Amino acid sequence: MEGLNSASRAWAIQVQGLTKSLGSHLTLRGIDLEVRQGEFVVIFGPNGAGKTTLIKVLATIMNPSSGRVLVDGLNLKNDAEEIRRRIGVVTHQTFLYSNLTAYENLEFYCRMYDVPRGKERIDEVVAIVGMTSRLYDRVGTLSRGMQQRLSIARSLLHKPAIMLLDEPETGLDQQAISMLREALQTEREGKRTIILTTHSLERGLELGDRLLILDKGKIVYEGSRQALDLAGLKQAYQHSTRVGA
Amino acid sequence: MRFWRKVIAIAWKDTLSEVRTKETVSSVLVFTLLVIVIFNFAFGTSQETMVLVAPGILWVTFAFAGVLSLNRSFILEKEEGCLEGLMVCPISRETIYVGKLLGSLLFMLVIEAIALPIFAFLFNLVLSLQLVVITVLATVGFVTVGTLFSALAVNTRAREMVLPILFLPIVVPVIICAVKASGLALSGEPWGSLSSWLQIIVAFDAIFLVVSFLVFAFVIEE
Amino acid sequence: MKKNILLGLSFVLMVIALYLVFVYVPTEKEMGIVQRIFYLMVPLGWLSLLAFLIVFIGSILYLAKRESKWDILASSSAEIGIVFTTLALITGSIWAKPIWGVWWTWEPRLTATLVLWLVYLAYLIVRSYATDEERGARFAAVVGIVGFIDIPIVALATTLWRGMHPGPIIFQGGLAPAMLLTLLVSIAAFTFLYSVLLIQKVSMKNDEMEMKRLKELHS
Repeated sequence: MEGLNSASRAWAIQVQGLTKSLGSHLTLRGIDLEVRQGEFVVIFGPNGAGKTTLIKVLATIMNPSSGRVLVDGLNLKNDAEEIRRRIGVVTHQTFLYSNLTAYENLEFYCRMYDVPRGKERIDEVVAIVGMTSRLYDRVGTLSRGMQQRLSIARSLLHKPAIMLLDEPETGLDQQAISMLREALQTEREGKRTIILTTHSLERGLELGDRLLILDKGKIVYEGSRQALDLAGLKQAYQHSTRVGA
Repeated sequence: MRFWRKVIAIAWKDTLSEVRTKETVSSVLVFTLLVIVIFNFAFGTSQETMVLVAPGILWVTFAFAGVLSLNRSFILEKEEGCLEGLMVCPISRETIYVGKLLGSLLFMLVIEAIALPIFAFLFNLVLSLQLVVITVLATVGFVTVGTLFSALAVNTRAREMVLPILFLPIVVPVIICAVKASGLALSGEPWGSLSSWLQIIVAFDAIFLVVSFLVFAFVIEE
Repeated sequence: MKKNILLGLSFVLMVIALYLVFVYVPTEKEMGIVQRIFYLMVPLGWLSLLAFLIVFIGSILYLAKRESKWDILASSSAEIGIVFTTLALITGSIWAKPIWGVWWTWEPRLTATLVLWLVYLAYLIVRSYATDEERGARFAAVVGIVGFIDIPIVALATTLWRGMHPGPIIFQGGLAPAMLLTLLVSIAAFTFLYSVLLIQKVSMKNDEMEMKRLKELHS
């Protein structure tokens, strides 16, 4: 595996044999995954499949129980801090402090991410998500949809090469969802690598280059949007939605 | 240098949040004053008794107020997954520990700065530099283990109960020494007689700053 | 087989110790019969500390290596340790009564033992109130480490607090040879008892864990 180091720059994410147990429950049971730079991968699966756990491991929030994870060529075990510099994370929780204004929240994260010329950058990301008019309002006074938009803005502050999104469409209206799609692709000359989990199959088919189905901690289906094996997909989909939560 | 900048950013964020709502500051302050007043009724009015029990009352009050304030420290981060938001930033876990510690320290010192003069007024005592030094040193001791345990307790099923059960036994040495030293300070004793008590508090501060710093990552990981 | 030998040895030692404590050793001049509690109190106090030392070591190894066996060692020792600490407090209190005339006194050793008891309690409570088992083990390990480091500081503070010189806190003056022998045998017997109990508990918990693991694999 070491020989792949020079070639690994082409890979945004490499996962080998990833397992994760939470308590006595084995949430991820041996995941092997490779994502190229610039790919848009959608991970679909029922509740309890392990989607959130997988995102958390990639985001360095959780440590793997076993297996090897490389993000942007860096090993999760040794270079977690450097990895965090290159990823943007959006989940259904916004990571925003409700007592502070949108501006203060973004300013805080600019400091955490060492974003140069913070004020300008904040104006930029806020324009991308269409929240300029509410910049100085307290986050607690914003609607759920606006908070989620702000969360997306937050995740873009440091222009990450890789985005990890865990069911980001919760709370977003249709307009915001198309905004999300645009937002994900802005400002990257080479496209951004994106990993998005969802439990809406149509969303997945709409957005991604590649679709994965995760069920009970294992990848049960993998296919690109072009060469979609509809029969196999249907079978895996029905199986997981019948048997899953 | 980057470490300190981010630590201060975290402490500042906490302070700003508190200044905005003032909810914890006011509730802890009211609690503190109520406890002092009630103890006053509990112990009667003779001045000799007052001088004897004053240090004890002061530190029981500060210990309980400490529990209240420390509880809030990580409850703030539970909302909207903000702790995960911090864990996803390119900072070490220890940066989070020191940042939260500074925020709690500042908070508690503000409470104490208000409570001490009132305490002196109600108990007819003289505040001195000695008392201030004792308070600062003991409070540092409180927040070193308190921040660690706050992060721990917030992830348990009965967080309001778990934090005092963890915190109070561990800080017993700080309370013992603070009470003794405060008693001596209020009687106008010179620095020399306080020194052994202060030394223990300082040792506690140093030891548990290091230990908590090393162990914090294990508490917040998932 | 080995377990039975240890159990047998422990039983024999305990019988010998009890004989020494209640029959052999001469009654002490000043305190009378109650003084015999001393030969139980000291070993119990010593074991409370030893048990927590094992908790400390198990906790460090668990956090370093994440192998359940270390957590099992730590938690088993804690469960046994709190029992010994409770007994230490009770015997300490019984021993203190003739000297100070009250059932409880805030003398340094008792106070420090009480704080140790509270730390054991905190360790066990954190385990049961954590949201899941792995967290419980991790949190308890943290408490084990912080608690153990705290104990010497507590002992120092309580000793100074009562105006006593920190120094040898067990023996005041020498002990007659018969008394020394009784004390040492008693300490040995209790240490054996602790080891036997610990081994029993650890193997029981290991078996439980194995069963759980097998169940999980088959689901």
